Amino acid sequence: MAESGKTINPAAEAMLGKAAETGVSTAFSRVDEMKPCPIGAQGLCCKNCAMGPCRLTKEGQVGICGATVETVAARNLARAIAAGAAAHSDHGRDLCFVLHGAATGEAPGYQIRDEFKLRAVAADLGIETDGREKEEIGVDVAEAALAQFGKQTGELAYLTRAPKKRQEIWRDLGIAPRGIDREIVEIMHRTVVGNDQDAEHILDQGMRAALGDGWGGSMLGTDLSDILFGTPSPLVTQVNLGVLKEDEVNIIVHGHEPTLSEMIVAAVRDPEMIEYAKSKGAEGITLAGICCTSNETLMRQGVPSAGNFLDQELAVLTGAVEAMVVDIQCIFQGLVGVAADFHTHVITTSPKAKITGATHMEFDEQHAPEIAREIVKKAVDNYPNRGATYIPQGQENMVPGFSHEYIRYMLGGYYRGSLRPLNDAIASGRLRGVAGVVGCNNPRVVHDEAHFDIVKDFLKNDVLVVQTGCGAICNAKYGLLQGEALEHAGPGLREICETVGIPPILHMGSCVDNSRILTVLAEMATEGGLGEDISDIPGVGIAPEWMSEKALSIGTYFVASGVYVLFGVKSPIEGSEAVTNLVGQRWEEKTGGKLEFEPDPAEIVRKSLEHIDKKRAALGLPEYDPTRFGQSGDRRFSAWLKARAEDAEVSPYSIASVSVEEA
Amino acid sequence: MSRYIASAAIRGANNIVEEADQLLQKALAEKGPDAPVQFPNTAYYLPVIYGFTEIQVSKLGDLLPVIEHARQLLHPVPRGKLWTPYLGEALDSGMATLFAEEAIMGIKYSLGDQPEKLDGYPGLVTAAGEGYCNGPIDDVQLRAWGIQLVDGRMPGFCALIGCAKSNEVAVQLVRELQRRNILVFLSGNVNGRSIIHQLLEEDVEMGYDTYIIPFGTDTISTIYPLGFATRSGLTFGGLKAGQARENLIYNKFRVFAMALALGEIDDLKYATAAGAINYGFPAIADTVIPEILPTGVTEFEHVVSMPFDDIDGKDDLERAEKLIQKCIEIRGVKVQIAEIPIPVPYGSAFEGERVRKDDMRVEFGGKKSRAFEYLRMLDPDEIEDGKIELVGPGFDEVEEGESIDLGIVIEVAGRKMQEDFEPVLERQIHYFLNAASGVQHIGQRDIAWIRISKSAADKGFRLKHFGEVLYARFKGEPWNSIVDKAQVRLITDPEEMKKWIGLAREAYGERNVRVAGLTDEAVDEFYSCTLCQSFAPTHVCVISPQRLGLCGAYNWLDCKAAHRINPTGPNQPIPKGEELDPQLGRWSGPQEFVYDHSNQSIDQVTMYSIMIDPMTACGCFECMVLVIPEANGVMIVSREDPSMTPAGMTFSSMAGTFGGGLQTPGAMGVGKFYLTSPKFISADGGFKRVVWMSSFLKESMPEEFKAVAEREGVPDLIDRVADERSATTVEALLACLEERDHPALKMDPIM
Repeated sequence: MAESGKTINPAAEAMLGKAAETGVSTAFSRVDEMKPCPIGAQGLCCKNCAMGPCRLTKEGQVGICGATVETVAARNLARAIAAGAAAHSDHGRDLCFVLHGAATGEAPGYQIRDEFKLRAVAADLGIETDGREKEEIGVDVAEAALAQFGKQTGELAYLTRAPKKRQEIWRDLGIAPRGIDREIVEIMHRTVVGNDQDAEHILDQGMRAALGDGWGGSMLGTDLSDILFGTPSPLVTQVNLGVLKEDEVNIIVHGHEPTLSEMIVAAVRDPEMIEYAKSKGAEGITLAGICCTSNETLMRQGVPSAGNFLDQELAVLTGAVEAMVVDIQCIFQGLVGVAADFHTHVITTSPKAKITGATHMEFDEQHAPEIAREIVKKAVDNYPNRGATYIPQGQENMVPGFSHEYIRYMLGGYYRGSLRPLNDAIASGRLRGVAGVVGCNNPRVVHDEAHFDIVKDFLKNDVLVVQTGCGAICNAKYGLLQGEALEHAGPGLREICETVGIPPILHMGSCVDNSRILTVLAEMATEGGLGEDISDIPGVGIAPEWMSEKALSIGTYFVASGVYVLFGVKSPIEGSEAVTNLVGQRWEEKTGGKLEFEPDPAEIVRKSLEHIDKKRAALGLPEYDPTRFGQSGDRRFSAWLKARAEDAEVSPYSIASVSVEEA
Repeated sequence: MSRYIASAAIRGANNIVEEADQLLQKALAEKGPDAPVQFPNTAYYLPVIYGFTEIQVSKLGDLLPVIEHARQLLHPVPRGKLWTPYLGEALDSGMATLFAEEAIMGIKYSLGDQPEKLDGYPGLVTAAGEGYCNGPIDDVQLRAWGIQLVDGRMPGFCALIGCAKSNEVAVQLVRELQRRNILVFLSGNVNGRSIIHQLLEEDVEMGYDTYIIPFGTDTISTIYPLGFATRSGLTFGGLKAGQARENLIYNKFRVFAMALALGEIDDLKYATAAGAINYGFPAIADTVIPEILPTGVTEFEHVVSMPFDDIDGKDDLERAEKLIQKCIEIRGVKVQIAEIPIPVPYGSAFEGERVRKDDMRVEFGGKKSRAFEYLRMLDPDEIEDGKIELVGPGFDEVEEGESIDLGIVIEVAGRKMQEDFEPVLERQIHYFLNAASGVQHIGQRDIAWIRISKSAADKGFRLKHFGEVLYARFKGEPWNSIVDKAQVRLITDPEEMKKWIGLAREAYGERNVRVAGLTDEAVDEFYSCTLCQSFAPTHVCVISPQRLGLCGAYNWLDCKAAHRINPTGPNQPIPKGEELDPQLGRWSGPQEFVYDHSNQSIDQVTMYSIMIDPMTACGCFECMVLVIPEANGVMIVSREDPSMTPAGMTFSSMAGTFGGGLQTPGAMGVGKFYLTSPKFISADGGFKRVVWMSSFLKESMPEEFKAVAEREGVPDLIDRVADERSATTVEALLACLEERDHPALKMDPIM
């Protein structure tokens, strides 16, 4: 780790040096100045009415209305879940409108790119597809998807994608979501003063709203993005601040939605626009991403990534960014302050997210291509205003794009793709288990460190890792998301990676794409051999550096789906042992999953492996034995080939004369 | 998939698809798009293409979309660095290779360039003629082998591709496979030399009879075994064209096949192997190649390298033996090698072997002498385990080609042995003796008929060896679970013969009474038989005392015994449960059982009706019963009857149409003895509905049918029933029935 002790990314470290030098304030410096509110940190500040705010500080204390520590902690957690679920789901909702526009032609520039997926989604939403044009189906899918948000009764359509047993658990617990919006509204209602005041009951609704996110809003967001922009499959691209170019117009797209960024991609690739950039003295236009917009454009368009959440201000600090184009979520207001010292335009585009001091160029899908061109043009026009630049060294290759459809394909091809080889690999013990390591960065801990350390330990222990969001971009920066990273993998994992041709970490997309992980888990459970429900699978979910309320919604829907979820950094319910036990033990009794907060990354790994081994034992699988597998299948042959290249006497019928390294 | 293998396979696929395209363009230019394309004596068009894509290729022009589809499955070769995944891509390239290869063979048939002619090898005789390689396995053979694959007599097939290290090794590999009754499929070459050449040079006899099929000396010929596999899914698996995934999975679990690549492997072989891996067939090489050990697409390892010289063994022959053992392990093929101390080869491959009169050293039974076989249980202390006794002279003094009397008496004991098991065990004698090379066994009980060939006798085969075979087999799996001790007595002495045949006949009579006395009403449970699910996954036989299995081999008592012998086997007790309709023979138990064991595809089944929810049919039925609506009755065709029937179909086309685990109202496969049961389609009017019946049936069970006719109250009923001699069309049948005043014409409408 470099000297600041705040990041493990050398490129970021270089920029922190620059920031210190110039006295520019970033999240990395503000975190030192801003101590967390001690009562809020415990989850015990209640400001839900004007009798308070009530500052509860110890067990047994109650608020003015009599609300207990448990009630307050549970209400605060539930509201955070509601906010997170609202964010993801609103993102999903917007894609419904885009699909509608694409299908009716009202949103020029958008089209249905993956008709196959459209038909599959239509079938899941109960829409007739036989003999119908894709546009016709598209309109129906968009409308049916929108209806999922406003549904008042019954159940969300996608719940049937879960294993049968899981669906029954949800029904028995009364947490099967009726409509995406309704469950979020109900949290807000329940947590208003003088209403639901039973911690377990409040948080049951938390699970219900979260499920509406995971199996509703997010899942629709993922599906509709794939329909509109293509279902990802692996490709090669680059990551880290070094992807910015000294002599080109640099535009960064940051935020979460693919809707605008896809149009920007088209605009920057337009030869006319490139010529225009040249007319301004640039060699061309470089587009890069940050955060989940980056994940969307990485895996579909191969647009390089400048970094994750905490890299956003650092990118502006390079002085080489003509425009930072943002849409929604995870965008620091601080960007405007950093940009003030440079020529960089911070351009807000979403009708839902304006930032004081930023340039607002509001985006609407009816005029998408024109608006995108205007934005790019504005960036190009800004190129001559560029002052001194400082782009740090450092970029890595990565192979993103593992949609669940592609995962199925890669394990069997067009005719017989399935997750069977994955299940087999776990059952045989080549893979000890699977882990989803997802979520944000948080300047309260060292940038990227926990993501990297935890994942490296998992790989060494033959745990196949899937990543989304900022966690995925993090480990890509350190070279783990490419086939060449096999040296970090344990022997069994290595064998699987060699067989399929995959990196030991699969990049599955943005944070709404955590729904892809749900789909994979559901399919693993139904494929057979690993029990019959998600909670039977030897796997864990980790958010090592979480900070957003969205992470709490994601974590909760994984728990409600049967997954053991560990959050790093700190617990938002630290002040209540009862609520801590509630989301731990009690939720485990109810759902088979549990939510724990564990700041120590090493402890996260230990608990994860213990859990994975426990699940293996419960399935009657052989105990994980790192020495059992793992001679690379290519090992002997490579040695033989090499020997033949050096000595023509080698017989094809014998390896005896060739020395082979043991793995 | 190792990146090396994936790269080679993807390269090979790109090349072969290009080659197929060019050949097609050339053929189209020469012959035009309407020139016929067809494999001889097979259904399902070009079967791999048809099975996976539903494209019915019957002329050259039909191949254009096939090549187009193959192209869509191709991919670029993975990069050396920063590669993207390649397993799915390589498997697709493998499928593209198979489509291209089959297209090439289709075109070659169209041009008259297939089957391959091998000049200079007069010893090559196959179904395609003298001097020709085999080409696709014809449908008759597919069916014949299919049955053996069902009942486990044949464990699977092994494709030997390329050229063995030496002729000696080639022969040994084939012998090792034969010994285990594994079909041997040959194709490919290394630098122009093929294992087919090697075996021909060593005078190894090839063809359907010896289970060794030479398909061609090029790699492309390997498509024929894969066509065979695809057709198995279509024929026996009840699968339809276009059910690509289902067919591949069916093959993975049901068809035990593997590829053994001999000698160095080129891109096309890797590409073809990638195609075969789609079916779950693993590839083993006798050279140094990369390995793919994780499982998933195949049941066990995908690609295994066994460098031949590194195999532990004192010489190449022993290495060849071990190589085959490894192949078998990898595919998970279940074979038991019965080590039987006899001087002739032993294995199911020899079961169908005939000993012709001219080749015969001696025979027992038949027209000129009498042979019987009888198995009984005794107390353990009455048996000297392993004793084989010849009572009377052997056949050394007998003239060549003569016929003498023989009695085979087997006495067994075991803690779990029961009298009920006697007939089940006794029936095994037929299979056990037939598997010895040079021995032919037909019939059972006191109508057994056994021949020993001259060559077997020359090798030293004597009567006591019957004892060795029977003893070894009864003491082997699974029979050893009930047989603890056994002794065999082989009787030629006339006095002893007389005494023992009397005892045997007494026992036969008692057994008949035992079965005959049982009714469906008298028992609480029926039995299932799901033996055939290996080939017909939705088929479940429900076997009751008055309705035996449709293959005729298993009655209720046999199932009961089989269940005792193997409690987790295919014969499970089915509690009758609630009686829902005694007329139709509908009980809740069998319905639930059938639903649970038919992939939940069949939920209604009756025991006594052909019209309402009849039982499914696998394909092994002794007789087909089919409603002839015009005649208000049913016809019964026996498996032995090749003639046309009034339904406009022969037995074999009916078997294809109604088999495979389907439930077809109006059609039902049955065992012969069910025809004589009072429960025979009793819900639809019973035996009086029979308006047509193969003459073979009438003649093979005249007494039994006479009794049935009397029971039905129409003593001359059988004479009124038409057969292939009197009617092969509906018109002729109706005329015949009118003339004979058949009772069915006056019955209630059957439909």
